[in-house]
Amino acid sequence: MWRMLVQIAKNGLRTEPRPEANDDWRIERAEAERIHADILAILGRALTIREVDAGSCNGCELEIHALNNPYYNIEGLGIKFVASPRHADMLLVTGPVSRHMEVALQRTYAATPAPKLVVAVGDCGCSGGIFGESYASCGKVSNVIPVDVAVPGCPPPPLDLLRGILTAIRRRE
Amino acid sequence: MPLSALNCQFHALPGPLPMQRATVTREQWQMAPAAVDQVGGRLVSLWGSDRRGIDGGFAVSAAYALAEGLAWLSLPIPVPLPDAAGAGQASYPDIARVFPAAGRMQRACRDLLGLVAEDATDQRPWLRHGAWPEDYFPLRRENSGAESFALTPESYPFVLVEGDGVHEIAVGPVHAGIIEPGHFRFSVIGERVLRLEQHLGYKHKGIEKRFEHIAPLDGYRLAGRVSGDSTVAFAWAYCMALESIAGCEISWRARWLRALLLERERVANHLGDLGALGNDAALGFGLAQFSRLKEDWLRLNRELFGHRFMMDRVVPGGVDVDLDANAGERIRRQCDEIEADVRTLKGIYDEHSGLQDRFLTTGRVSPKLAAQLGLCGMAGRASAQASDLRMDFAWEPYAALQATMVSHRNGDVAARVTVRFEEILESLRLIRETVRRLPQGTLRIALNPLPAEGVGAGWVEGWRGDVLVTLELEAGGIRRCHCHDPSWQNWPLLEHAVMDNIVPDFPLINKSFNLSYSGQDL
Repeated sequence: MWRMLVQIAKNGLRTEPRPEANDDWRIERAEAERIHADILAILGRALTIREVDAGSCNGCELEIHALNNPYYNIEGLGIKFVASPRHADMLLVTGPVSRHMEVALQRTYAATPAPKLVVAVGDCGCSGGIFGESYASCGKVSNVIPVDVAVPGCPPPPLDLLRGILTAIRRRE
Repeated sequence: MPLSALNCQFHALPGPLPMQRATVTREQWQMAPAAVDQVGGRLVSLWGSDRRGIDGGFAVSAAYALAEGLAWLSLPIPVPLPDAAGAGQASYPDIARVFPAAGRMQRACRDLLGLVAEDATDQRPWLRHGAWPEDYFPLRRENSGAESFALTPESYPFVLVEGDGVHEIAVGPVHAGIIEPGHFRFSVIGERVLRLEQHLGYKHKGIEKRFEHIAPLDGYRLAGRVSGDSTVAFAWAYCMALESIAGCEISWRARWLRALLLERERVANHLGDLGALGNDAALGFGLAQFSRLKEDWLRLNRELFGHRFMMDRVVPGGVDVDLDANAGERIRRQCDEIEADVRTLKGIYDEHSGLQDRFLTTGRVSPKLAAQLGLCGMAGRASAQASDLRMDFAWEPYAALQATMVSHRNGDVAARVTVRFEEILESLRLIRETVRRLPQGTLRIALNPLPAEGVGAGWVEGWRGDVLVTLELEAGGIRRCHCHDPSWQNWPLLEHAVMDNIVPDFPLINKSFNLSYSGQDL
């Protein structure tokens, strides 16, 4: 336990680095603070997200996981990933949507209560990407369920994901 | 040559690793599994191809790993004559009786090409869930892959476990986390898992058909998206296959840089999983610490190589990155910093009784079972299956770096955690040595002119295990590109690893393997 405390103390709070003018992180933090304020202003409460991998290469999932690390600290912003669509305000969907995930995605969407926001993630979620449409792929997410915001990138870095999530909230203002 | 008794005519495939290919007869195909098994070899992959444009028929291939290298056996299958019902069946002898890992691959081969393993015990579809009809075979040349069919849901006959108090827990395809989709059917009594049956294929998105519409020189991008967490391994294997066909050798510098990227990919994945394993055992501290280290790692990737996961940085003929002295110094310094933290965290994990209580004896795969069912890669090495392509063969740069294999015998979650810790430390050493001794040379050579026809293979030890890419060119285009992820072998072992464990330990056991869904669904 002592060593854990030492390790924690040694590393400090990564979400609040020293405010230096040339510190890249400061820019990210400023962005993050703005997101926090916006979520509270628009939703008035925490935002809950259900992530649905509808056929990705798993690259987008790596970046969505990164949102939970201490640098982006997404829970500290009042955004939480939940285990059921019934608990979610938003679906974060990676694609392309495989034919075999088409029904599962539709059912997940149906199970999500209002405001039912949908953010499509990655080049594949936006357009089908390198996989396109075929006997096995429906292509982009909006071919299967309504999409509010599509975040490009292969995969989109965590800050782009955050911006996409925020953009979707603002669209429902 | 242990296969010498078969009298196959092998020809070597050029490449940094020893690989050879032979066209075999039915008898040789049937005798091969036992011959391979006898000398301790293992099955790497099984796949089919439509070679009617090349030699008038179909073919089924099996790749075996032997002490001498990779042996790719290809069995021609004549186009069947129509039978009384009007449709003949192309078939080949089943090899799953000797190598059970072949079972799912044979089922996939039937779904995609209509080639049937004769007398196979399991004839259920594997990758086809009703998105296309039973008589449509996407990898046949007459089909473009753009066909679309109405979804006809088929019920999948799971094996039923019966008895007093037995009930089923159905999980997925949408899982309760940021995880890839798949279906798990648990048969349990109370908390105890009697049986797990997986149903995968939900992510099948037609990657292998897609290759047919991509120029050979561009295929590395698609290969790099077979499984995003192994993008370097797959892109390297694809490029190795293409370079094998072109018969060209890339520069030493490019080869060393590829190894550098591959080791950085290995460290990134192990860091992420070690954090998640701590979290799954209720030690949030572990997730916070390791995910911080991983983020530092990815940010340096972005800065030095232009991409956090190094996608599209291994290219045909070499690499699309370079290192100057300053970048080398930054990598060296970061390795030192991360190593100090990883050693501290290892001490904490090792001494944390709550964590060890969850890790030890959980999800055990005995060395015997691992050998029988062909557990491979990192998980295999945690169950005494001492195989790692980086050390199994003498090839650069790993021979020059004197890379050391990590292996353990216990085969439980704790052993897989230990292997990951030790592999991180070894990879950090390899990365520092690579930076220090990086040879001079061209970063990328031109592969032109590429032969219009030919076969090649690429074989790379990704972080999860060995990935194999086999490539067949026809008329200047890709006729067949088969990408094999080691998850094919290891998923069935996960079914065994959870038996007799309690349901709440499943996420922990699952994460200790962290298998790819996309890599096996394709």
